[in-house]
Amino acid sequence: MTDFNPLELLVCVGSRMLEDNSTVFVGTGVPMAATMLAQKLHCPNVITIFEAGSVAPLLPGLPISVGDSRTSHQAFIASTMNDVMETCQRGMVDYTFLGGAQIDMYGNLNSTMIGDNYQEPKVRFPGSGGANDLASLCWKTIVITPMDDHRFVEQVDFITTPGYLTGKGAREAAGLPEGTGPYKVITNLCILGYDDDTCRMKIESLHPGVTVEKVLENCGFELLLADSLEETHPPTDEELRILREEVDPDGYIIGR
Amino acid sequence: MYDELVGLTEGQEELFVDPDPDHARAFFKNKNRAMVNKVTTVEQAVSMNVRDGDYLAVGGFGHVRIPTAILYEIVRQGKRNLGMAGHTSIYDSDLLASSGCMDRCDISYVIGYEIRGLSASARKAFQTKAIRKTDWSNSALAWRFAAGAAGLSFIPSRNMLGTNTFQRSAAKTVTCPFTGKTFAALPALYPDCGIIHVHEADTYGNCRIPEGILVSDPYLARASKKLIITCERLITHDEIRSNPQATTIPYWCVDAVVEVPYGSHPGNMPGEYWFDEDFFKMYLDTVKTEEGTQGFYKDYVYGVKDFEEYLEKIGGVAKMRELRAIDKLIYANHG
Repeated sequence: MTDFNPLELLVCVGSRMLEDNSTVFVGTGVPMAATMLAQKLHCPNVITIFEAGSVAPLLPGLPISVGDSRTSHQAFIASTMNDVMETCQRGMVDYTFLGGAQIDMYGNLNSTMIGDNYQEPKVRFPGSGGANDLASLCWKTIVITPMDDHRFVEQVDFITTPGYLTGKGAREAAGLPEGTGPYKVITNLCILGYDDDTCRMKIESLHPGVTVEKVLENCGFELLLADSLEETHPPTDEELRILREEVDPDGYIIGR
Repeated sequence: MYDELVGLTEGQEELFVDPDPDHARAFFKNKNRAMVNKVTTVEQAVSMNVRDGDYLAVGGFGHVRIPTAILYEIVRQGKRNLGMAGHTSIYDSDLLASSGCMDRCDISYVIGYEIRGLSASARKAFQTKAIRKTDWSNSALAWRFAAGAAGLSFIPSRNMLGTNTFQRSAAKTVTCPFTGKTFAALPALYPDCGIIHVHEADTYGNCRIPEGILVSDPYLARASKKLIITCERLITHDEIRSNPQATTIPYWCVDAVVEVPYGSHPGNMPGEYWFDEDFFKMYLDTVKTEEGTQGFYKDYVYGVKDFEEYLEKIGGVAKMRELRAIDKLIYANHG
C-alpha cells in the first residue's frame, strides 16, 4: 500500500461517492479533484456543472477558478449562472460538494462570519457564493472538510447554507424544495451520514487507524453512531497514481 | 437562534437599489436609441458615466473577464461612496473596497480568491462599518439582475430560505398564488452603471463573448441604467449583422465602448490569455499591510497614467504572450 496524506484521502473518498451518469455541481479545490478522479476511474460519464455557466468540460488541467478557461474547454455548453442555477432549481442536479468554516450537527454551514455583530464581524469570510443555492436546490449535499472541534460546533455563528436547519421537517417548513438536504460529510477522520428520524449527524465509517474516541474528541457536539461502523478503504495504488500524475500533478490541491 | 430563522418573512438589512419598475421605465424611456459611434477613452468612459454615490455592477467572474482598466480608472479618479453588487466578485470588489471608493455592498462573494486563499486588504475593508453590507447568494444576485432585465420588481426563488443569509438580506417571503408554497421574493436590481469586458464589440456597442462563461452578464447588461463596455477588439458592424445569434449584448444597453487589449489582466480572458499568477501572488503578499496596500495603488494605479503604461509595468507584450500560450494550452497542465 502506498503512503498517502489526509488531503489525498479526502479526494479519493469523495470521488467514490459519485455515480456514473449523475449530475454534480462542483466547486474549487478538493471537490474538483475528487470529481476529476471519479471521471478517470468509475464515472467516465459523470456530468460536471460549474457555477459560472459551464457544463461537462473535458478539463485539460486542474482549474484555478470555477469560471476559468479550462471549465469551458470542450464543454457541452458555456452558459450563464442563471441557467445552471435554474437547472438546480428544476431538480436536475443530483450532487453538490461544499465546505465551510463551521458546521453543526444538522449540517448547517457557515462561510460568512465569526462574531455576533453582522456589520462589524470579528472575522469576515467570503459569504455564500453559490453554496446556499446549491444546498437549497441540489438533491444531495456532500460536505468535504477537515475535522476539529473549532469547525464542528454546537451552533454555527451564522447559517450561510442550510443543512437540516433545526431538524426533521424544518427545511420544508422554511420553503426549501422537498426531498433535498445533507447527504454525507467526508473528513480526514471519518465519513458521517445523517440519522433518518432526527436528521442528526452520525458516524458511518472510520478511516484506517482512527477510533471513535478520536472522532468524538475532534467534534464540538454529540455525534450518533451508525448501527454497524465500517472501516474506510484506504486509497488504492491506482487512485493515488491517477490523482498524482493526471489530476493534480502540480500539487495545488493535494499539496505534494 | 435557529428557530426564529425558519419562519422569518423578511430580511433585516438595507435594500440599496430602488426596485420600482416604473422608476426604471422612466429612465429607460429616455435612453438613447440612436446607433451612434460610442467609442471613447477609459478616462472619458469613467468621467462621463460613473458619478460619486452610484451603484455599480461589474461583469465577468471576479478574476475572469473583468474590466480592469475601468476599475483602475475609477480608483484613479477618486470616485467615492460607490455601491456595488459583490456578485462572484474577487479582484474587482477588492480594488473598490480597499481603495476607499466603496461604502455599501450587496455581498454574495467577496474577499476570497478561490484556490489562492483570501485577500487581507479586502477582509480588512469588509470587516469595518465603513462598508454597509447586505448578504445574498450568487443565484440571488443573478436572479435579481434577471428581474431587472425583465422590467419587474421582484422574482420568486427557492434559495436562501431558513438561513441567516436570508435574515441578513433585504429579501422577503411570498406565498405562491397557484400552489400556496413559500418562496423567497428577490427584489429587482437596477444598477446605476454596469461595467463589462468582452472579446468583441462594434462601435455602437453590440457585443460578443464567443469563448468562456457568461456568468450573469446578459442580464446585468440589460438591467443596468448605463453600461460601459471594454473589449479586446473592435469589430465591424457588418460582422455583427452577419451572425446575429452571436450577439450577447445589444447596442441599446451600451453608453461607452473602449478597445482595451489585454483588458482583463491580471484576470483570465477565456480563449485569449490565462491568469497572471505571479501578479496575484505579488498582490496578495503586498496587501497584507496597510502600507503595502497604499504602495500597490501608488505603483500600479496612481503612478501610471493609463492602462498601456500599466501593461508595460507588468511585463508588456512579452508577459501577455506568455499568458496567451498558457491559455492556448501550449503548456497544457502547467498553469
